[in-house]
Order: sequence, then C-alpha cells, then structure tokens
Amino acid sequence: MKTVEPILLSGNLAEAYAIKQLDVDVVAAYPITPQTTIIEKISEYVADGELDANFMLVESEHSAISSCLSAASAGARVFTSTSSQGLLLMHEILFITSALRLPVVMAVANRSVSAPINIWCDHGDIMPQRDVGWIQLFAESAQEAYDKLIQAYRIAEDPEVRLPVMVNTDGIILSHTYEPVFLLEDSEVASFVPWKLYPLRLDPENPLTMGAFGYPEYYFETRYQSAKALEDSINTISEVDEKFGEISGRKYGTVSPFRCEDADVILISMGSISETIRATVRKLREKGEKVGMISLKLFRPFPFKEMISLVQDVKAVGVVDRAFSPGAAVGPVFNDITSALYLSKMSVPCVNFFAGLGGRDVRMAEVEDMFEKLKEVANTGVVKEHRYYVGLRG
Amino acid sequence: MIEIRWHGRGGQGAVTATQLLAKACVKEGMYAQAFAMFGPERRGSPVVAFTRIDKEPIDVRSNIYEPDIVVVFDTLLMQSVDVKAGLKPGGTIIFNTQSSPKELEKDFPGFKIGAVNATEIALNRLGVPITNTVMLGALVKTTRIVDLENIEDVVLERFNVKNVEAVKEAFDKTLVLEG
Repeated sequence: MKTVEPILLSGNLAEAYAIKQLDVDVVAAYPITPQTTIIEKISEYVADGELDANFMLVESEHSAISSCLSAASAGARVFTSTSSQGLLLMHEILFITSALRLPVVMAVANRSVSAPINIWCDHGDIMPQRDVGWIQLFAESAQEAYDKLIQAYRIAEDPEVRLPVMVNTDGIILSHTYEPVFLLEDSEVASFVPWKLYPLRLDPENPLTMGAFGYPEYYFETRYQSAKALEDSINTISEVDEKFGEISGRKYGTVSPFRCEDADVILISMGSISETIRATVRKLREKGEKVGMISLKLFRPFPFKEMISLVQDVKAVGVVDRAFSPGAAVGPVFNDITSALYLSKMSVPCVNFFAGLGGRDVRMAEVEDMFEKLKEVANTGVVKEHRYYVGLRG
Repeated sequence: MIEIRWHGRGGQGAVTATQLLAKACVKEGMYAQAFAMFGPERRGSPVVAFTRIDKEPIDVRSNIYEPDIVVVFDTLLMQSVDVKAGLKPGGTIIFNTQSSPKELEKDFPGFKIGAVNATEIALNRLGVPITNTVMLGALVKTTRIVDLENIEDVVLERFNVKNVEAVKEAFDKTLVLEG
C-alpha cells in the first residue's frame, strides 16, 4: 500500500499524468469537450520535454485513430482520447483496430451525442461502440481513471490479448471534478507495464501484411478469432487488476458489489452514477433496508458469470441505462443483464431505469425512488412497468 | 460532510477557488471534491461551483442542493439568483459586499453571515477585481474550515505573494455575525 500524500487532480489531469508515466511513443488526437484537457496537458508534457512522444494534433478524430492504428502497427505504444461526436467519427476505424489486434489505448470522456448539441455526460457515445471489438472499462472516480489507464496498457499489450482498450470516464462529472488522487512512482508504472517491441509488426526488414483481403473462406474464422480473443481477455483483465492491487493497494474487479450479501433488491449501473447509488445504499442500509448495488466496471467483454453469481437470491433487479437504444424494447445495459439471466435460466424480475442523459443530475432522492419501485416489484412479484424514465418531464 | 456552493461570475475565479479550497483540505488529510456546473461560459455570466469536504471518502456525485455554506462573489447576482436556495437552517453565507453583516441580516435571518469588501481588497492588492483568493480568506475567517496557513500555501503555489497578502487582509477585515 502506498503511503504518499494524494494530489488534487481532475479525472482528465490524472489520466494525462498516467500517460506521461506510461511513456507512450505516439499521441494523436483532436480536441473535443470534455476530453480536451487530457491532450492539452499531454501536449504540455511533450513541449516541456517531460514526455518523449510524437504528439500529432490531427485534423479529425478519424485521422487520430487512423494514426494510432498505423503507429501501433509499427510497434509504437500509442494513446488517443475523445468524446461524443469524435468517438462516432472514429467508429469505422475502431473495428479495424481490434481485428488487427493492435494494442491502442483510448480514454473516452463520455458525453452525449447531438442533436441537440450538449456537452454533458451520458453514455450515448459509447453505446454505438459496443460491437467494435474493443475492451471497455468504466471508472467511477479520478483515481480509478488513473489506475484503469495504467491497467489498460498491460492488458492491451499482453501477448494473449493484443486488443485495443477504451477507458471510459463520465464527462464533466469525472473529467472536470478535482479530487485527491494517489499516484504511483514512475518506476512502479514502468515495471508494471514494461515497454517491449512486439515481433509481429510492420517492419521493412521483416515484411508482413496487415489488413489483408478476407475471402468468404477466411473472413468468418478471422472475425471469430477476434471475438473469441475479446471473450477470453476477461481472464487477463482480472489478473492485471489483481497484480495492480499488489502494487497499489487498489483493485476494482470486473463487477463491484456493495451490500449485496443479503439484499432483496439490487441496482446495477456503470460509471459515476454508481457512486451516488452506493452512497444511497449506505443511507438506506442504516434504516435497515435490504438493498444493494453492483457497479459494472467492465462492459466488454461482458462479465456474465461474475454478474450472475451476485444476483442469485435477489427478488428484483434494477438496471440503470445512461443512454437510449432507440427502437429496442430496453436499454443497452439492461439487454446484457437480462441475457445473462436468461442464459443462466434465472427469472429475476428486472426493471430498466433511464437516467442522467445529457448531464441531467441524478440525486440520491431519485435513487431512493428507484429502490422504492424495486421493493414494490419484490413484494408483489409483478413488474407493472419495465421502463422508467427518471426525472423525465411530461 | 460539509457542502459549499459558490456563486460568482465568469472571470472572477470561483471555479479556481473551489479547487484551492479542496487542495487545502486534502493537505489536512480530508477528502474533497471541487466541481462546477459547466456550460457555455461567458465572462460576466453567473457561475455556480461546488466544494464537498469530508473526513471519509466521498461517493456522492450529484450537484449540491442543500449546502452548509454559500459564498457570494457579487451581490448583484442576487437580482437574478436565489443564493440562499436550499441553504441549511443555521448555515453560513459569505458575501463580497460593502454592507455590514448587520445590514444583511434582515434578508438572511437565522444564518451566520460573513461580509468583506473583497472587490476593494482585490483592486488594491492585485489591481484587478478578481476576488477568488480574497473570498477564500473571508471563508476561512467565517468558518475556520481549514487553517489559514494551508490556504496561504495553496494560493502561493498557484499564484503569488500579492494574493497571499490579499487572503490575509480579507481574513483580518471580514466581519462575522453569528446566526
């Protein structure tokens, strides 16, 4: 356990500091709120000689991710960062990055998508990236953003994994809030994520092809391998978290339960809203209410088994979605949770709460209302409404 | 947990003040969050920022609706903003004002009131009407939430000795009326 004093940093500045310590070779990015202060700070590090990296301020996010893909193909350690429309503009290249098994790491400061234009937090930008084949981690605090970014490189560069990783932090709520963060020593980061030259890279001395044509005879198998690699990566993700705990005293798990042991009802959520839910659970527990919560720390690959083991004896489950999946009956996270339940032959009543879109504040009182609705379901065994829109005006 | 809401205008440094206070609290071993309601910021437009302080790790991520302390950088804001909205009974409110706490009491009965002419101090000491460091001095005098020395340290790290002098002068000149 580290005993050094914490430093007051925003989520973005904590991530920028991690990138400096990770000694990345290439940073390619385009500014967009609320991500901008990450790359602003990194550009300062580079200009001041604190980070020896090639900093490319490119003309769009499409070019940013393409540059990262290319540099990673040549064996460089790369970083990019974006939000909202920027992430949407990267979309087509994200598939290629994962299929080429390139360990690109990206910090996403999660923000709503237009229209209407809105710079605040929700998960509307990340949900369209569910199927791009990237590992997707979620942080709840500046500390966790810093820690997860360091973990991300070790996961991505593991020879068993070789997949790109996104570290998601809620825009504004985490990216711009200043709070105490414990930092590792540079040497600790360097030995936790040692830089190695990967043998299968684009090298004029040893030519190979990347991104070749895939005939129907091979395409299916190639995509299967990528999908399988993503599913299997959960083992490495858990191991890296354990090892990180050994050097830092902090580990997070793929799912993080709180007071679930004897809970009748449980709320499941991702990102910063989990903190407010945890505070609400603590408050309700003091009143003797049997409530619990699970923070989903890993969205892809989805931790099916870990999730299921936590909801075995629960009478009702609520799932918070911070984005819509228009035209679908339910939200994206709810969809995964209920699939996990179905595959485990469990029929727990589930309720989907849509909350916090476009930066709409979610208060403890509203979380208490969600628990009230779940308790009603638990008591009656009947789900009257399977969707609630928290705080939506009529 | 102590929750503070700051009312300022774009350019007065309220957001920076929340960070400096949080930094001083962390120096004293406390946990803190400093954040703001970000929007399309324009110089002069109303700004709301927040600091949350606790001895335990903080896990609430919503805005602050029932603050223990409110800091008002500009009393003209009160023409458009209800600065005492949600302020806890017996809470504290600190003004940059030419008025005395006694004069403010009729509009803010039941609250502890701190009052300082921060604009005058800022103009004399810094040559600009940016009152964030001055208001930190007034906050410490009124609430004793952190040691003055720790505020001086973080102000010196971020700015310069003139700002530290402004903090000290504000501390000396702030008048406090117990609620």
